[in-house]
Amino acid sequence: MTLDRNHYECIVRLENLQLNYGKVEALKNISFEVKNNEIVGLIGDNGAGKSSLIKVITGVEKPTRGKLFVRDKEISFKGHSVKKVHDLGIETVYQTSSLGEKQSLWRNFFVGRQIKNRWGLIDVQKEKTIAQEMLLEKIGFRGVGITVDSPISELSGGERQGVAIGRAMYFDADLIILDEPTVALSLKEVAKVLNFVREIKDSGRSCIYIEHNMYHVYEVCDRFVILDRGEVVNVIEKHEISLNQLNEYLLSLSTKKSV
Amino acid sequence: MKTAAARQARLEISIAAVLAGIFLLFIIGNPKVFTRFDIYYSFMSTIPFFGIMALAMTLVVTLGEMDLSFPSVLALSALVFGKVFTLTGNIWLAALVCVLIGLAAGAINALLIVRVGIPSLVATIGTMFFFRGMVNVIAQGKGIALVKAKETLFYSLAVGRIGGVFPAQAAWMLLLGVGFWILLNRHRFGSHILFVGDNMESSRMMGINVERVKTIVFMQMGFFAAFAGILSTLEVTYFWPSQGQGYLLTTLAAVFIGGTSVFGGMGTIFGTFVGAIIIGSLEAGIIAIGLTGFWIQLIYGLIIMVSVSIYAILLKKKS
Repeated sequence: MTLDRNHYECIVRLENLQLNYGKVEALKNISFEVKNNEIVGLIGDNGAGKSSLIKVITGVEKPTRGKLFVRDKEISFKGHSVKKVHDLGIETVYQTSSLGEKQSLWRNFFVGRQIKNRWGLIDVQKEKTIAQEMLLEKIGFRGVGITVDSPISELSGGERQGVAIGRAMYFDADLIILDEPTVALSLKEVAKVLNFVREIKDSGRSCIYIEHNMYHVYEVCDRFVILDRGEVVNVIEKHEISLNQLNEYLLSLSTKKSV
Repeated sequence: MKTAAARQARLEISIAAVLAGIFLLFIIGNPKVFTRFDIYYSFMSTIPFFGIMALAMTLVVTLGEMDLSFPSVLALSALVFGKVFTLTGNIWLAALVCVLIGLAAGAINALLIVRVGIPSLVATIGTMFFFRGMVNVIAQGKGIALVKAKETLFYSLAVGRIGGVFPAQAAWMLLLGVGFWILLNRHRFGSHILFVGDNMESSRMMGINVERVKTIVFMQMGFFAAFAGILSTLEVTYFWPSQGQGYLLTTLAAVFIGGTSVFGGMGTIFGTFVGAIIIGSLEAGIIAIGLTGFWIQLIYGLIIMVSVSIYAILLKKKS
């Protein structure tokens, strides 16, 4: 956690981003930014372009044109890949858990990025200690009977997202993208995930939060970016709008569409 | 007990208990035979041929895949081993070409499974016939005598008798057993095998090169089939075209008796090692305690049913 977390204005900035799938314009001239230590809610109906936008940022898709800035520096789209984006300190937590069900928690924590000892083998003790520290102390899995040796299948949905978020935080992510992390979770579990989002904010990191439930989005986000049919149609600061107004605005958007 | 490690430990204790129980029966049934070294000597010389392949197969099954072609790969590579040795007289060269053939055969399996996208069970049924067919066409039903190989250092290293008593192949199996255990449990690559077998999609999201992992696992299966081919050919200093056919089910049985899950994401090298000993000692043991050979398959089946049931029950309790 030694990256200069405070010496930039925007962790991510997109300029005039265009993504075409053949003749279909998935993203039209998008400009969008996530400031340092900001939680941005990305709002929009299915097909509005949220997933496409995330895919570009996480390195899954290359845009047709446009510019990407990470920590205020322009990043070339040449060789844009998931690995490269990981190295830039951007991690994503997907709605379907990106964990191995039968594997122990500590293995999941370090998958793809194992700590090696001097023989080139996995340093099990060290990995367990770090996973223990992160999950029991920082994320607060205290007294729930979960240890670093527990297989993921023993964890509830919210706890799983907690592991994924904890992993992202440990690996020095400055930006954590949460793609509908509360889908199919019970209310109590959702509360846990929202707490993790607050942890992200408190630790000085930034976050892009994608959710359909406006109550949750409104609760944790600093700013809302509203996408509609591949375009950014509005950017609203939290203090500019109440939850009711936001809901009404979104409703008016969708009725406009159906006319 | 809630931990993944404890779950695995219970599987491994169960399999070890099954082994102990079987040998106890043997010892009670025929103390004369089972308290002397001879029978263990014979186990040590025969079990490694399929035991080594069972270790390699454990990785394939942990990956959630299947390979039925390895007996044919064994025969094909052993055939090439015999041909090259009789042509050049250089056993090291013969062994090198042999394992390269094994790797190539594994690469062909991987190509069909990973690139073309055929389910591994189906793809390797195809290659099983294809490689065996190649052996039949090339060998024309004839075997190859390799008596000259006995004079080489390579022979002593592969299947010699250590101190005049211990079959070298048993040492190979033990060594490889330790190696495979470390690979699966303590190496980054083993971790990747576990994750790909567990959840391919999430493995991809975590930046694991799924295609590469699968390719390497199928290639090592080919490699160790070739290695077992060298050992089993040298043990009798003879190659014959139907070589390896008897190993298909014993190898798979060793893996499944050992407790490795056919669903992938979970594998035990220790279990496979013990499973191979159980499978490899049953036949001689059954005869030694006075039953006729007609009983062998029945008891094989019984042991497989019982042990696999134990694992299923152990795992069900958890969920």
